[in-house]
Amino acid sequence: MELIFFYLIAIVAVASGFLVIRCQSPVNSALGLVNTFFCLAIFYVMLHAPFMAAIQIMVYAGAIMVLIIFVIMLLNLGTEARKRYTTGVVWSAIASLLVLFNVMYFIKRGRVTGAEGDITSYTVESVGHVELIGKALFTEYLLPFEIASILLLVAIVGAVVLAKKEV
Amino acid sequence: MENLVQIALQNVNMAAILPSLVLTCFGMGLLLINVFLPRGTTRHAVWISVIGLVVTGFFVYTGWGNPQYGFNDAVANDNYTAFFSVIFLFAAGLTILMSDDYLTREGYPVSEYYPLILFATAGAMWMASGTDMLTIFLGLEVMSIALYVLAGFFRGQLRSNEAGLKYFLLGAFSTGFLLYGIALIYGVTGSTKLTEIGIYLNAHGSLLENPMTLAGLVLLSTGFLFKIAAAPFHMWTPDVYEGAPTPVTAFMSAGPKAAAFAAFLRIMEYCFFSLKPEWTAMLWVIAVLTMVIGNVIAIQQTNLKRMLAYSSIAHAGYALVGLVAANEIGYSGILFYMLAYTFMNIGAFAVLVLAGKKGEDNLTLEGFSGFGLKRPFLGVAMTVFLFSLMGLPPTAGFAGKFYIFAGAVKAGYIWLAVIGVLNSAVSLYYYLRIMVYMYFRDAEEDYAWVSLPAAAVISIVIALIGVFYLGIIPGDVMEMAKMAIF
Repeated sequence: MELIFFYLIAIVAVASGFLVIRCQSPVNSALGLVNTFFCLAIFYVMLHAPFMAAIQIMVYAGAIMVLIIFVIMLLNLGTEARKRYTTGVVWSAIASLLVLFNVMYFIKRGRVTGAEGDITSYTVESVGHVELIGKALFTEYLLPFEIASILLLVAIVGAVVLAKKEV
Repeated sequence: MENLVQIALQNVNMAAILPSLVLTCFGMGLLLINVFLPRGTTRHAVWISVIGLVVTGFFVYTGWGNPQYGFNDAVANDNYTAFFSVIFLFAAGLTILMSDDYLTREGYPVSEYYPLILFATAGAMWMASGTDMLTIFLGLEVMSIALYVLAGFFRGQLRSNEAGLKYFLLGAFSTGFLLYGIALIYGVTGSTKLTEIGIYLNAHGSLLENPMTLAGLVLLSTGFLFKIAAAPFHMWTPDVYEGAPTPVTAFMSAGPKAAAFAAFLRIMEYCFFSLKPEWTAMLWVIAVLTMVIGNVIAIQQTNLKRMLAYSSIAHAGYALVGLVAANEIGYSGILFYMLAYTFMNIGAFAVLVLAGKKGEDNLTLEGFSGFGLKRPFLGVAMTVFLFSLMGLPPTAGFAGKFYIFAGAVKAGYIWLAVIGVLNSAVSLYYYLRIMVYMYFRDAEEDYAWVSLPAAAVISIVIALIGVFYLGIIPGDVMEMAKMAIF
């Protein structure tokens, strides 16, 4: 049952991913992207990570997509921007297919599971999902977490520098 | 809850991040002070950031020989970090000194330029000091985002826009590769700590047994090789280097390249030491490709910035030779070479900055006709830097190449060393051509040269001292480089 559900969602995710790059109108592309994000959120639920699913929907499908659509509407792309780049499609397709076959070959002949990490589904059940994430962020990954705040600061400063009218 | 706080505080060791912490504080402080500084000039911001770099340098110095680890093994302030931090600080300092006058001349005296360079430097320091994949990744992102903005800093210039956008799109793409690699390696080993990954991979067999390791290794390498600008991931380099403001190009070609080498070398040595035969074989091909493509295409260039971009690709290839050698002299050779490259390349770009006219850069070979005779100081400086880039004694470039190729020969890669030396011979042609134009062609009659600002001259003089010091007495620094590697 879960497997069937997985394949169903996977097909929807890939199809909407395809729509993102094939749609003529940017807004349609953006909606395809929203759909992909929702499918990913469902995958998180299936992996027993409901908190991640909620964050995925709130941050990506919510906040970021709203921004993207705002930008699309503000820019009001002309016909020139809607032209699709078609150079090298054949070569890219061949290269992508080769990579795909390569990956499939290796997965078939090798072992694709790795070591078991510290956090198993059992610990998630017993401690709680949000608690585990919070603990990891503020203990084990405290420094990367703090560096991420510098990252955001740099991004904000950069955006202001590039976008401000008078400097 | 109490328990949690205790765990967190146990692992905090501020000494492990002291230099980058100081630098970040200066960056943020400068952002705040900028509000009160007079507009239209960036002189004050220059001196504040130079003071910041010097203070950071002091803390780097105190960290030498006194390794500190902290934050649950996310970061290590060891000799290796200190050596690379010095490279980044020199790259940032020389860049900042040459920028002041240039920004005003080009009509963009925006003080936010300097905090962005400081943050990029701090990001580079996190890349060198990270012993956790996440620290390295976030350091790389801090550095890259600051650089995307700096590349597109001249908003009114189409070329700068193109450089910023191209660098951003391709950089984001390569970041995807890197992150995918990290995720796959995490999937295999169950850890993001470099040492734990190394222990697991050492214990659990071969590459082909688990395709995820192979894919992770390749994707990870792709991400770093892009930042290093190694072939075949070098396509962005000429356009971005040409379009970005010249001081930013100088910084990009030295600091971030060294940072990518720092993180790449640490990851390869900590995580993948058990797979050395496999990845040295892969990097052998890439090193040869990078050297050949960089040098051969550089021959055809008539724009100096573009030529130096291709030359920077070639130099990444020389440094990769040290990585292929994978022995003590090869690794310490990379450290030495990156320091030498910082001095000679930033020095050459500083001369390019001062060779410009108002409003437009003077970057063509033709524009350099008679340059050496009209501007004796800049001409001599450029000659020294070019000799160093060629790898002729008694300059830093010779010593650096000597160590790297010695490492390759010692490791048994005779052919690789031969290809490297042959490539150096090819590079003589296009470097010498600049000199021919500078000294043996007549200058245009009515040519308005820009005046020599003191700060930029200081930057060139420091670079000259560095080039000669590393070239004449390379032993001391090489000893330090040997102490710095693992």
